[in-house]
Amino acid sequence: MRTLWNDAGGEFHPVCAPDFLPLDRLQGLQLQRLRATVKRAYENVALFRGRMEERGIRPGDIRSLDDIRSLPFTEKTDLRDTYPFGLFASPMNEIVRVHASSGTTGKPTVVAYTEEDIEVWASVMARTFACNGLHRGDILQNAYGYGLFTGGLGAHYGAEMLGMTVIPISGGQTDRQIMIMKDFGVTAISCTPSYFIHLVERAGELGIDLRDLPIRAGIFGAEPWTEGIRRHAEEQAGIKAYDIYGLSEIIGPGVASECTEQGGIHIFEDHFYPEIVDPKTGEPIPDGESGELVFTTLSKKAMPMIRYRTHDITSFITEECACGRTIRRVKRVGARSDDMFIIRGVNVFPSQIEAALLAVEGVQPHYQIILTRQKGLDQMEVQVEVTPELFSDQVRDLESVQRRISKSIEGTVGIRAAVRLVEPHTIERSMGKAKRLIDNREK
Amino acid sequence: MKIQQISVFIENRPGHLAAQIRALAEAGINIVTLSLADTEQFGILRLIVRDWEKAKGVLEAAGRVVKTTEVLAIEVEDRPGGLAELLEVIDAGGINVEYMYAFTYGFKGRAVMIFRFEDPDAAIAALQAKGIGVLDAVDLFRRAEG
Amino acid sequence: MTDFPFENRIWDPAETLARDELRALQAERLRETVARVAHVPFYRRALAERGVGADDIRIADDVRRLPFTTKEDLRQHYPLGFLAVPREELVRLHGSSGTTGKPTFVAYTAEDLECWANLCARFLVAGGLRREHMVQIAFGYGLFTGGFGLHQGVELVGASIIPAASGNTPRQVMLLVDLRPEVLICTPSYALNIAEVARAKGYGPDDIALQFAHFGGEMWTEDMRHEIERALGIQAFNNYGLSEIIGPGVSGECAARGGMHISEDHFLVECLDPDTLEPVPEGEQGELVITTLTKQAMPLLRYRTRDIAALDSAPCRCGRTGTRMSRVVGRTDDMLIIRGVNVFPSQIEEALLRVDGATPHYLIEVDRPGAMDEVKVKVELRPEAFSDRMDEMQRLRDRIGREIFTVTGLRVGLELVEPQTLERSAGKALRVIDRRQNRPGG
Repeated sequence: MRTLWNDAGGEFHPVCAPDFLPLDRLQGLQLQRLRATVKRAYENVALFRGRMEERGIRPGDIRSLDDIRSLPFTEKTDLRDTYPFGLFASPMNEIVRVHASSGTTGKPTVVAYTEEDIEVWASVMARTFACNGLHRGDILQNAYGYGLFTGGLGAHYGAEMLGMTVIPISGGQTDRQIMIMKDFGVTAISCTPSYFIHLVERAGELGIDLRDLPIRAGIFGAEPWTEGIRRHAEEQAGIKAYDIYGLSEIIGPGVASECTEQGGIHIFEDHFYPEIVDPKTGEPIPDGESGELVFTTLSKKAMPMIRYRTHDITSFITEECACGRTIRRVKRVGARSDDMFIIRGVNVFPSQIEAALLAVEGVQPHYQIILTRQKGLDQMEVQVEVTPELFSDQVRDLESVQRRISKSIEGTVGIRAAVRLVEPHTIERSMGKAKRLIDNREK
Repeated sequence: MKIQQISVFIENRPGHLAAQIRALAEAGINIVTLSLADTEQFGILRLIVRDWEKAKGVLEAAGRVVKTTEVLAIEVEDRPGGLAELLEVIDAGGINVEYMYAFTYGFKGRAVMIFRFEDPDAAIAALQAKGIGVLDAVDLFRRAEG
Repeated sequence: MTDFPFENRIWDPAETLARDELRALQAERLRETVARVAHVPFYRRALAERGVGADDIRIADDVRRLPFTTKEDLRQHYPLGFLAVPREELVRLHGSSGTTGKPTFVAYTAEDLECWANLCARFLVAGGLRREHMVQIAFGYGLFTGGFGLHQGVELVGASIIPAASGNTPRQVMLLVDLRPEVLICTPSYALNIAEVARAKGYGPDDIALQFAHFGGEMWTEDMRHEIERALGIQAFNNYGLSEIIGPGVSGECAARGGMHISEDHFLVECLDPDTLEPVPEGEQGELVITTLTKQAMPLLRYRTRDIAALDSAPCRCGRTGTRMSRVVGRTDDMLIIRGVNVFPSQIEEALLRVDGATPHYLIEVDRPGAMDEVKVKVELRPEAFSDRMDEMQRLRDRIGREIFTVTGLRVGLELVEPQTLERSAGKALRVIDRRQNRPGG
């Protein structure tokens, strides 16, 4: 068995043991945890109890893993409708952490953790880094944003559990990131893939070739990316680039990760039970075919999730992985079954941009979102039609309108957008419904 | 005393300015003077025309956002120091100039400038107290169009 | 003892050590520290020059025989020249801005992190934090020690954390109203800003559940304390720390709020005349000079903080025996603290030198029109940088803004001015005009 833990080298960390469980033991563990989770959700969360009662299901009816199909789905809108605490299954005094992401409209999506949840989260992130061939002695530059976003703190706790030296640099200030990478002999960086591409370009402008530095791994997630970007990052920086996956409703980063084989993402399915369903019917589809990824948490205490619809499209990989891990893999996640887009690791719905625009006096909801990638960095431009209420004969008034709109958007989704005022009636309206999003980022 | 200026929003892209000027030409509207404020993304075209209501109508019918603003047409001595003296008067009155642009028609050694003030009434009072001519619309267009 | 506004709970029994025991512990730990810094070439040299070794440390006052350390010393040994343990033992690095480009880095072992969390828990509990509370942390996370230090302290106490980080004030207000945390942690000026935005949205103290706030990261005054307490309906507590020493957790107020108790079992604090470097009489203002007693990764001897405060060793009615320090009332150098970020004028100069078209002639104007610090930098342009095109001028302005942000992490307002218009006095330009109200001595 030990020889299979090849990507962790001689530094195998015991927290990674569940990656290699024999299938029968894994499934036994999953069933035991599924039953406990369903019972917990039924007993403590009105929404889950109500939906199960509607279907005439009781926790005791879950006798096999396949019985999960009898359970109702959970949607992102359920988090909004029960905002802020409606899906909590633990009393408030057991909650030690709350994170939030922007929701589909004004109110954020709130997620909660008990001490045990934080421990599990750190363990799955530690397993993620171990999958990526990292261990004690590595120096990790964690450039995911720290704060309410789960990326920064999630990665941080995992890296610390593995015993790496963590530089909690957070996002932004690229020149400083490059300086630190060089001066401290950083061996791995965690950030969004698009930010890394930007960092590589900027380093080039500063005359620094990342291939000359000790950095050897990039742990990239929080947004979809492609094999083309992987090749570019690996060639330009002399690293191995790894895809990791997660979402705050399930736990944050640490739901799944590539191993050093780089052939699909292993799901830490002792904690997150995956299904792939037909996005229209919700029915299971045969292994290997594409569908929507659905997760049930198996150990979350503060906020268990039953059959949460991720809207991410992927498929199971049925072959065993050469790394020896027994936990299943799915293909890189790319397409979505809704209109959400991801920019610089932040999930954004066009409806949020609309809400932010309407919060500014005089703005009509005629707008268009244009995404581009400049020097590797995602840029969002929001074009807004000028209305008589907004227009002025003075430049500074119009600049102030731009600033107000920009501020409102940043306040709502947490991303700075360039606001461009355009002439009235210039944004295309097709069939009464305007095309809201133009994504010009290279794939 | 106050003159109606119309201003139009235009995107800073090729062809956008020409399209608006063309619309006015086709309606037989003569532009007496204009200024264009430019930024990286957009511009504001400010126009003085005799029939500003018609011009506004034409542009609005073409789907443009149009605004009218009161500006002053002020006489200034057409010699070195003429404008400086005028500005000193404005300055002394504590009056804030938002922007200004030149008017091309000289008359008896005097030029005319268009001024946009924060408070045009205060400006009129201060200027007239110093005997500086502020033109009304009739005077202005007579000089401009003969 | 019954007149405290809430139960006077003590987190760590070490906070009430008898003074003689404390002094003995300090002497012992100081001896250990001097032995430990022998791994650091800078100290090995400095100690040898003075002919002092660990064996010469018999009482805590023997600290006066030890060499000083300045920020400049740290800078000259960038990045990790002050490390006293093997690199593999580091689990964390933090940084603070330096006087120029290279930031100062500080390092922690696992043991240092545990100690740091405990020190923050001490003052948080002294200032009302309980396990059942929910805490909104509106300090910046990341390299800055403020967010993480407090985060770990709250976590150790077992309370619930909303890691809001700083910025996006409307969202901060929404979290206060919707999630109903009892405790707020941020800079005092940011708390005022949150209160203003809340008021503008029609929320008053009755709409939120806040009871306590813990403020640090910048200088503030009693007037400001009253103003924030009124605006948010809370009790506000002051704490002190600096990243070179550990971050927040050097000292903090108890319920009596008569100065901040220094955790003297971990830090030996002197108050010196900045010119003569001799101790000032107790109660008088001087520069705080701190020696770490337990830090493993980066112990520092007699670090000159440049912070001016006074010490008071009279017993406190809360029962804690740690000497109390006053608020920090000033600095002995030109460092500005803006929205909790340390900024040196030399950093602005460095940023300007990176932009073609800008000159290193500038004036920093700091204001606090409402609650938040606002900074405007006036920059003289080179004559050839002027353009008749507004878009080019705007691009130049944006470029300068970005460079200043890169170096300092601050977004500032910019005004481009003509060459030779900023005042130069006796060849040396006036660099800073600080008009902030509520500023000690300002």
